[in-house]
Amino acid sequence: MLIAIDLAMILVKLVLIVIVVMASLLIAMYATYAERKVAAVLQDRRGPNRAGPFGILQPVADGIKLFFKEEIIPNLSSKFLFILGPSMAMLTAIMTSAIVPWGDTIHLFGRDISLQIADVNVGILYVFAVVSMGVYGIMIGSWASNNKYSLMGGLRAASQIISYELAMGITIISLLMVTGTLSLKEMVIQQQQGAWNVFYQPLGFLLFLICAFAECNRTPFDLSEAENELIGGYHTEYSSMKLGFYLFSEYINMFISSVIMSTLFFGGYDVLPFVDESAWGLSQNWMAIIGLAALMIKVVCFLFLFMWVRWTIPRFRYDQLMNLGWRILIPLALLNMLVTGLVVLLKMNHWHF
Amino acid sequence: MQALTNRAKLVERKPMNLLERLYLPAVFKGMTITFGHMFKKRPTINYPEKKRPFSPVFRGLHILNRDEEGRENCTACGLCAVACPAEAITMEAAERVPGEEQLYHEEKYAAKYEINMLRCIFCGLCEDACPKDAIYLSETFAPADYQRSQFVYKKEELLIPHPIHEPDAYKKALGNRVQRGKVNQ
Ligand code: SF4
Ligand code: SF4
Repeated sequence: MLIAIDLAMILVKLVLIVIVVMASLLIAMYATYAERKVAAVLQDRRGPNRAGPFGILQPVADGIKLFFKEEIIPNLSSKFLFILGPSMAMLTAIMTSAIVPWGDTIHLFGRDISLQIADVNVGILYVFAVVSMGVYGIMIGSWASNNKYSLMGGLRAASQIISYELAMGITIISLLMVTGTLSLKEMVIQQQQGAWNVFYQPLGFLLFLICAFAECNRTPFDLSEAENELIGGYHTEYSSMKLGFYLFSEYINMFISSVIMSTLFFGGYDVLPFVDESAWGLSQNWMAIIGLAALMIKVVCFLFLFMWVRWTIPRFRYDQLMNLGWRILIPLALLNMLVTGLVVLLKMNHWHF
Repeated sequence: MQALTNRAKLVERKPMNLLERLYLPAVFKGMTITFGHMFKKRPTINYPEKKRPFSPVFRGLHILNRDEEGRENCTACGLCAVACPAEAITMEAAERVPGEEQLYHEEKYAAKYEINMLRCIFCGLCEDACPKDAIYLSETFAPADYQRSQFVYKKEELLIPHPIHEPDAYKKALGNRVQRGKVNQ
């Protein structure tokens, strides 16, 4: 019956939402700190170390600073859209976390609580839809700024996302052929029982990784905010917390795409590949917590990879970016899809032609 | 054409092959390089907590010297001001009256003595010019300030602490000067 709403379940989900959003924000906050530390370490510097021990309070200080900055809205901008832009960037960045399976079910207060806000059966499509919406935030903000440089940054972001979304989509298709499901939870369960998807789809993973970099607007694909060409890129006109939202949403995006990559290719909350964890004889709750920790470790590794690449590789030229997207990644993704399709078909046919 | 030096290198402009166009090998190479830098020793020091030792001939803020009894050495001869290439020093002389023998070493002393630290180039010529060993350059920086006027250091700021009344501060202000004298000789 539809009317029989389980109040307790709604409560649980609400709590879960709050926790997940807060955790995402916190992790994004400390991702900024980690970014600066990693950059420093890779460049033989020390990084922030003044605010609190080891500079641990630096993100808080940065946040406070952003809050107290003067809020400037350009006269000739369209005010509504100008505010909508960063809000949307932030919103879409956070929304993706709703369908991520953070862990197995835990047993609490006599209830089985799934550590996933919503197990949508079109999971991965939802991720795609929301992530592509993210670029609207950039587009709207850059358009509303009424500044040529901003607009150019926005255009670049849009065309880049379109180009790389294609390759990403094709990669996902080959992944879907292997798993046969769209739900992230089911994918994780499959990977728990079998091998991680990265072993079936190594090329797919590589392509996905590159596209994820492009989707997050991270170096070497951060052409939309190329300082040396576009002043500040799409957020040239932004100041105060609205700028903070843009910068912050980048880090949340990074975090979420790390989570998605871990879930799709590295078994999500699966602890070790090729190991049957249920043989360890731990209780359900402990398993869930260990699984969550395993997921977080994977995510941290990905975050480090994001930063490591950023502080290694210079930005692409625009034609190089488009060349890479259209003439290399998409053909490779298509090839990957064809080969995967062939193998899957053969397997279904019990290896007979 | 023959190159003037044999260091000229011909730039190769052949189109990239597939592997190069994938960028990945180059990316991995770069990443191993940056990863290696994680374990390098960092040359930066944590400044206010840790300070680098200055060289014994470092020329920092000026100090107006006193003799062992705490009397000011300067006799306001003006040689330092004349020697100063940046014209940073101004002074006014005054005559010592009876009863002030404890304060001033000579019969004439500097009633006013100012150094404009924004003009000063810390060349140390004033120290060389002084016949009375009355001025020398210490091992401290001129600290940052908000106003230009604050950089005109008055006599009170320049004078070394009294060696008898404040022996600790005197020693601190003196710094490595004793050793430095040895270096110069
Ligand atoms: S250090 Fe040089 S510039 Fe500075 S006051 Fe002395 S003589 Fe003038
Ligand atoms: S500091 Fe030395 S050179 Fe300058 S006025 Fe005094 S005694 Fe003369």
